[in-house]
Amino acid sequence: MKVLLSWLREFAPGIDGDPVELGEILSGLGLAVEEMTITGEGLDGIVLAKVLDLRPHPDADKIQLVDVDMGDGQPLQVCCGAFNMSVGDLIPFATIGTVMPNGMEIAQRKMRGEMSNGMCCSGAELGLGDDHDGIMLLTETASAASPIGTPITEVLGIERDVLWDLEVNANRPDAMSIAGVARDLAAALDVPFSFPQHDPASDGPNVADEASVEIVDDSLCGRFLARTIHNVTVGSSPQWMQQRLIALGMRPINSVVDVSNYVMLELGQPNHTYDLDSVAGKGLRVRRASEGETITTLDGADRTLIATDGVIADVADRAVGIAGVMGGLDTEISESTSSVLLEMAWWDPPSISRTVKRLNLPSEAATRYRRGVDWGDNMVRAMDRFCQLLAETGAVAAHGTLDVAGTVPDRTPVTVRSSYVNGLLGTQLDAPTMASHLDSIGFETVVDNDTGSLAVTVPTWRWDTATETDIAEEIARMNGYENIVTTVPKPETFGALTPYQQARRAIRSALVGAGADEIQPMPFLAPGDLKQTGLAEDGVTLMNPLVHEESVLRTSLLPGHLKAIAYNQSHRSGAVQLFEIGHVYLPAPDAHPPLPDEREFLAVSMSDAEAPAAVAILDVLDKTLALPNVQLRAGTPPGLHPTRSADIVIAGKVRGQVGEVDPGVLESFGIDGRVAWLQLDIGSVLDGPWGNRKYTPLSKYPSSDVDLAFEVPDAIAAASLVGALRKGGGSELISTEIFDSYRGTGVADGSRSLAFRLRFQAPDRTLTDDEIGALRQSCIDAAQKQNGVTLRA
Amino acid sequence: MTNYDTLADEALSAIAEAGDLATLDALRPNILGKKAPISSAKSGLGNLDADQRKAAGQAINTARQSIEAAFNERRAGLAATARAAALETERLDLTEFQGVGTTGHLHLVTQARDRLEDVFVGMGYTIAEGPEVETAWYNFEALNIPEWHPARGSFDTIFVNLGEPEEVMLRSHTSPVQIRTMEAQEPPIYIVAPGRTFRTDTADATHLPAFNQIEGLVIDKGITMGDLAGTIDTFVRAFFGEEVKSRLRPSYFPFTEPSAEFDISRADGSWLELGGCGMVHPNVLRNCGIDPDVWQGFAFGFGIDRLAVMRYQLDDMRELVNNDVRFLRQF
Repeated sequence: MKVLLSWLREFAPGIDGDPVELGEILSGLGLAVEEMTITGEGLDGIVLAKVLDLRPHPDADKIQLVDVDMGDGQPLQVCCGAFNMSVGDLIPFATIGTVMPNGMEIAQRKMRGEMSNGMCCSGAELGLGDDHDGIMLLTETASAASPIGTPITEVLGIERDVLWDLEVNANRPDAMSIAGVARDLAAALDVPFSFPQHDPASDGPNVADEASVEIVDDSLCGRFLARTIHNVTVGSSPQWMQQRLIALGMRPINSVVDVSNYVMLELGQPNHTYDLDSVAGKGLRVRRASEGETITTLDGADRTLIATDGVIADVADRAVGIAGVMGGLDTEISESTSSVLLEMAWWDPPSISRTVKRLNLPSEAATRYRRGVDWGDNMVRAMDRFCQLLAETGAVAAHGTLDVAGTVPDRTPVTVRSSYVNGLLGTQLDAPTMASHLDSIGFETVVDNDTGSLAVTVPTWRWDTATETDIAEEIARMNGYENIVTTVPKPETFGALTPYQQARRAIRSALVGAGADEIQPMPFLAPGDLKQTGLAEDGVTLMNPLVHEESVLRTSLLPGHLKAIAYNQSHRSGAVQLFEIGHVYLPAPDAHPPLPDEREFLAVSMSDAEAPAAVAILDVLDKTLALPNVQLRAGTPPGLHPTRSADIVIAGKVRGQVGEVDPGVLESFGIDGRVAWLQLDIGSVLDGPWGNRKYTPLSKYPSSDVDLAFEVPDAIAAASLVGALRKGGGSELISTEIFDSYRGTGVADGSRSLAFRLRFQAPDRTLTDDEIGALRQSCIDAAQKQNGVTLRA
Repeated sequence: MTNYDTLADEALSAIAEAGDLATLDALRPNILGKKAPISSAKSGLGNLDADQRKAAGQAINTARQSIEAAFNERRAGLAATARAAALETERLDLTEFQGVGTTGHLHLVTQARDRLEDVFVGMGYTIAEGPEVETAWYNFEALNIPEWHPARGSFDTIFVNLGEPEEVMLRSHTSPVQIRTMEAQEPPIYIVAPGRTFRTDTADATHLPAFNQIEGLVIDKGITMGDLAGTIDTFVRAFFGEEVKSRLRPSYFPFTEPSAEFDISRADGSWLELGGCGMVHPNVLRNCGIDPDVWQGFAFGFGIDRLAVMRYQLDDMRELVNNDVRFLRQF
């Protein structure tokens, strides 16, 4: 909501002072200043000028030559890039030496060989609106009292003013108007606030004789005012009104629409005018729509309504407007309209909200109705103000106003305990102080000195304010948040990361230590990404994605990593090691509530690396977390290399995959070289047992190493041979290391030679040569029990 | 008879002339061994008179000591020279090896999140987490934002094609974790909830559709707005520095009342809006089965990514999700 200082001062002339300080006070009231502009400055040197001649520039297409008269009767040549002027037009003209509002100084200069002695100005260049497209034409605006050469400030009646753009929160319907902001600011400054008196100007026929109003559904409409106005001429509104509308961000349309907007901005009451003669029976009925009822709205669109929408119908029960949202096309006022029916209503905010959202028809009026407008005296005030302003263009308003009541919010006084307020705010205010804060912004209070309570009647312009807590907030606001004394609660609980959170940090540290960089890709995929990655194409989809390429939720971290690797390869970053801990969203069709099966996954990807590098990372994780019984189970996980991948089994459950990415998948992502890959359902892993470390006392006795090489068929995993050796070696076998793997001469096809270094040690004695010999043989025997394994000589 | 006084002279000059360890060591038998002059002189002592023998013996010992001393000194000197020469051949230009160390890097947002978590853990809070895909109950309704409420539109929610239309969504704030915590846990509650949130913001230099927030929630007996202001103030000083101030300004959120924005002071005296906060709305407590007549509390929330952006003056937030190692390795 934009507000002008001069307009605020019409309600509270005492509002005055440094614009920055006033802005701080507004922010302190919860009306945050988003932008402040001083208007009406920088217009010295700009005068009213008349266009005498227009001719093409001999050497340029996009500018023309203009001769203007700036008051001395002499033609003065300027070059101009706009083409919307005609000879005889009156325009704002910046003379040589003028400093424009944007700081640019106008100088005499040559443009493509032609002299330019000033500048014809657009509204935007003068800070008088958003129109950049053409020169501001004042031919109709400038009165005869303003001769050519008159300063433009005088022509337009512009005075120095301050414009604040305020952020108004949804709980402040009152502050969606000049009057409401003025009320708050006057209270903060402790200066008087009042509504200016305007002559209601209702000299016409009795409204009751010409029109009627009926509220059929009073849950939809709390109050409905109507009045007829005659002798209406649709022309342009006065310049002062246009300037204010422009300043507040509205485009002047015509004398009727402009008055409508002006009253809404000034008093916060939206309103609508019907062409009286188009309204059947000249009467309005307020009701819910019937399911499937249709109406063509002002924007020309055919709308189909549902039973929760509100409509205004005529006496023939034909809808002539969607309540609070948009009027109907059939009853729109036009150039030929001479009598209008003016509507001012209070609509049930949830009802309007639902319709606005369903039809996606936001508007300035609907924004106010949704927050709840004032259902009190302000409606009559707005009605009178509308008629008075329109009367200035010769219109004649009917005598009286049709004023029909529906159901308005309950305003039974609310009991506010000062002890509750102080307990909530941490303040020590007494009840009379609280009352004075509330009184200053129009609440009515009665203090009960015995109980320290207040009976508070909430004003009609604060629909959102209804409870003791709501009122406590108002007391806090008017008392000033800056006056709250700070304290710090001392929890009796203690702060700590959970074991899960500690483990996650430990994993990150270990992976960083292993040389991996953490990435955080967004979890959105393009349709087809999962398929391209070799995965099942059943990701959960978004209803309203920003772009089609980000419309699927990932079920695996792999696509994101492959994109990251391709990106880094294309930026010549060499081999990369990336890791990520992030959520995946697995479809769970039968879940209640219907949420996906969301899990936290860990992934590590390494470009220009083979599967063993990923297995080594798994080992890092195992050593970091002390995982129970990590096994690799042969498998062909989707998207991975069919002969260089395995499922990771932890404590008997498949928790992830390790190996290399399928070369075909890599090719489709444009990735060169191999990519080692590890993905773990880390959430499930950490929900299971981990971190169970057991201390083994160090033996004081020497250890002995024995090297053994076996010929091992490919079908037998090294891990199973290790298992056999451990069995054979018993507790004296304290470590096994594979130090060679060899294929070729001397080894049968389909087998390889695996060389093991076994270390034997006893905790309580030195092992004798005989004992070691027996252990060695036991290991050999155990190994050779595996089908096809033979000791190499 | 032998002149004992000059007995060592020849040996000493030979030692002095030896130019390397091998030459010196080759001398040893001739000057200190059995055939050395001092050894012969010693074995000749028996031929002397008893009165001469003592003086001659002392002279021989003195000569031997001086030869041994000279030999050892010379040997140490030559050994040091030889070692120095050998080490010289091992010389390395260590600057050749600068910059080849490798380590990974934590993501900038993780670093900021960890720092925030640590500050709040130090203040006695635990860290709560929740799902990123949420139902309307957790994202809106339980937070006192009914279906018709104008505030719903301001969340620019990304909805998910699950359940009824607009029933399931990517959470548009971390506040659903408040509800999940209060449903699961009896007060007193002191938590912060960091995590990813989502809105229909087109990615540009200052916006991302997926970003990170942190949310704080305190529910205890007798908690006041003064406690909220004091907690914000303590956090701001702990995280940004002792000299940084904070202030609250009235604002509006459906789930808190009174509500406030909180600002932090900048070096130039201006204020920077950091986040929103307020006293937990009684309806929110009731929705979670907590009696607002017994328990009171406050909540606050702000963006994590923005802190990272501010700290390093990043000019484009999209780098946070671009996964470019040239970016990641700077932090």
